[in-house]
Amino acid sequence: MPEISYREAVRHALAEEIENDENVVILGEEVGEFNGSYKVTEGLLEKYGPKRIVDTPISEAGFIGMGVGASMLGVRPIMELMFWSFYSVAFDQILNNAANVRYMSGGLINCPIVIRGPANGGTNVGATHSHTPENVLANHPGVKVVVPSTAYDAKGLLKSAIRDNDPVMFLENTLLYGVKGEVPEDEYLIPLGQADVKREGTDLTIVTYGRCVLHSLEVAETLEKEHEISAEVVDLRSIRPLDIDTVLTSVAKTHRVLIVEEQKPFCSVATQVAYMIQSEAFDELDAPIKRLSTIDAPAIYSPPIEIEQLPNPKRILAAALEVMA
Amino acid sequence: MSKTSTKSADTAKAAINKDLSKEEKQEFLRTMMRIRRFEERSLRAYQGKKIGGFMHAYIGQEAVAVGCCSLMGENDHAITTYRDHGHAIAVGMGMNEQMAELYGKATGCSKGKGGSMHFFAPDLNFWGGHGIVGGQIPLGTGLAYALKYKGLKGASMAFLGDGAVNQGAVHESYNLASLWKLPVVFVIENNGYSMGTSQARSSAGELSQRAAGYDMTWDACDGHDVYAVREIMDKHLTLAREKCEPSVVEVRTYRYRGHSVSDPDNTYRRKSDIEDYRKTKDPIQTFQRRLIEEGTLTEEEASTIDKAARAEADAAAEFAEASPWPTVEDIQKDVYWEVDNPSERKSTGRIFFN
Repeated sequence: MPEISYREAVRHALAEEIENDENVVILGEEVGEFNGSYKVTEGLLEKYGPKRIVDTPISEAGFIGMGVGASMLGVRPIMELMFWSFYSVAFDQILNNAANVRYMSGGLINCPIVIRGPANGGTNVGATHSHTPENVLANHPGVKVVVPSTAYDAKGLLKSAIRDNDPVMFLENTLLYGVKGEVPEDEYLIPLGQADVKREGTDLTIVTYGRCVLHSLEVAETLEKEHEISAEVVDLRSIRPLDIDTVLTSVAKTHRVLIVEEQKPFCSVATQVAYMIQSEAFDELDAPIKRLSTIDAPAIYSPPIEIEQLPNPKRILAAALEVMA
Repeated sequence: MSKTSTKSADTAKAAINKDLSKEEKQEFLRTMMRIRRFEERSLRAYQGKKIGGFMHAYIGQEAVAVGCCSLMGENDHAITTYRDHGHAIAVGMGMNEQMAELYGKATGCSKGKGGSMHFFAPDLNFWGGHGIVGGQIPLGTGLAYALKYKGLKGASMAFLGDGAVNQGAVHESYNLASLWKLPVVFVIENNGYSMGTSQARSSAGELSQRAAGYDMTWDACDGHDVYAVREIMDKHLTLAREKCEPSVVEVRTYRYRGHSVSDPDNTYRRKSDIEDYRKTKDPIQTFQRRLIEEGTLTEEEASTIDKAARAEADAAAEFAEASPWPTVEDIQKDVYWEVDNPSERKSTGRIFFN
């Protein structure tokens, strides 16, 4: 199977769906002539032309709202946010209009839109550019939220997201764009709402998603080699819908849980998952559920200290050993 | 781009109006009366505690929605603010489903899930009904984008109030519409007050003239004359449909009631202002007088139309009263397309979290 980067996997999904459906159009800042701020859309303008690949002004509320309106009439826009952090200036359009229009119309109107872009810290760009809003987005019934960790997942999930008739928020990661993984040449889809056990284990369940999956897999190796602890790593992949069953199956096997997220802890994804585990698998637990989040402050700029603010292999290992103590 | 300037001295003789049949003219009057009687009846129901939340009456502004929506063709679309009852009736929505929506009943146009501010009828090319000031304008721009993308010859009318002209989303939409030549007419229904703040205290300069900064055509007209509204809108809708040229039209109108039912309307304007307008410019009275003078309507016919409108509104209230409430089970329907279409669901996993 060929190895391609996460960036290329996203691009291939976009290209395939543009070819698959004439209503699919990509809009965003610098997606065309500039070839994408992170080169995700590189070459697409040349190949598919300006009707399908549309450069927008820096005007997120305007162009995202415009995409929502166009989707009501059957266009299937894929809107690129240069950073998901910029969602705040389009908050009303995303979380009032896209999220609510089906409900408020009593089911008469659909909003088949995908909003995608990177949402991560760790790049020394300070608090304004380092938001990870998957918990905020998932707090709004009406939208779906996806956070892929690998090239394979990114491609299969994005294709499903584009074909979905509900608004899907697709959160990528600038630090994953260059990471390569095996991706089949033949077409495949991954359904939203399906977690993936990225590593099997028997002693500890690490529930995680996004870039923290890669750190957790590294830590699982260390736990095996240096501590004789067998850790299972469950990648949620999708936050809403959420595959809690795969998590509960793993918990029933290991009886100990660490949840790792690149999120501020208050009302985070881990908080929700921990609530559900204690509610539905209380008797399976041999230790309190532990949650490892970003250290609770705006994203710090200072490069070596930002690494410590985020979940990293060292912090994850320490947290895992606490759960096992 | 500049201000357009071809308003007729007698708007009845404008090209779009001069060949109107007696029936068509009476239909404009009937629709305006139906809006007014529907709203008067719904205000009574509100006072009787049959209706909750906010309700923003359109009374006084009827000629705007009726004039604009009377021009809609197969590929023309409309989207508006929370003051949406008038547009809903003007595009052809029935009183029953609207009144039932106000009552919060399952038979309402949004199954009791939207309320007064959120009426929709996509089958009639009416896309709401939006609660956040200016928030619907990017959506209206998107309707125009979709028309152009699909190669359909039509136009989007994106209605906003005078209070919305200072919202960023409106300006962003102006820019996108002009930049990409989208077939949209931004219709500012200027009723003089953004809630309780007069135009003079909230907005610098001429409202429609701001279009010039975005290289768009703009114009303004009286909103109490349905003929004038039709004349100016025909011109701008034609620009949109034929040339994909967006524009901004300011329609100067007036509302008789407070901003919403929660506004006692005794702080920011004089009662005599409202009375003066009602006596001299009321869109229904002036149009009725005009039709009678033209000889296309008799006093008796006017009375019949009015009685029928009142009876229709009363019947709608009875329909709403007799209709069932939505159920607690209905709360989680119409949230996700996939959940409502389980045989076609592709995703797995839990989607609700109670």
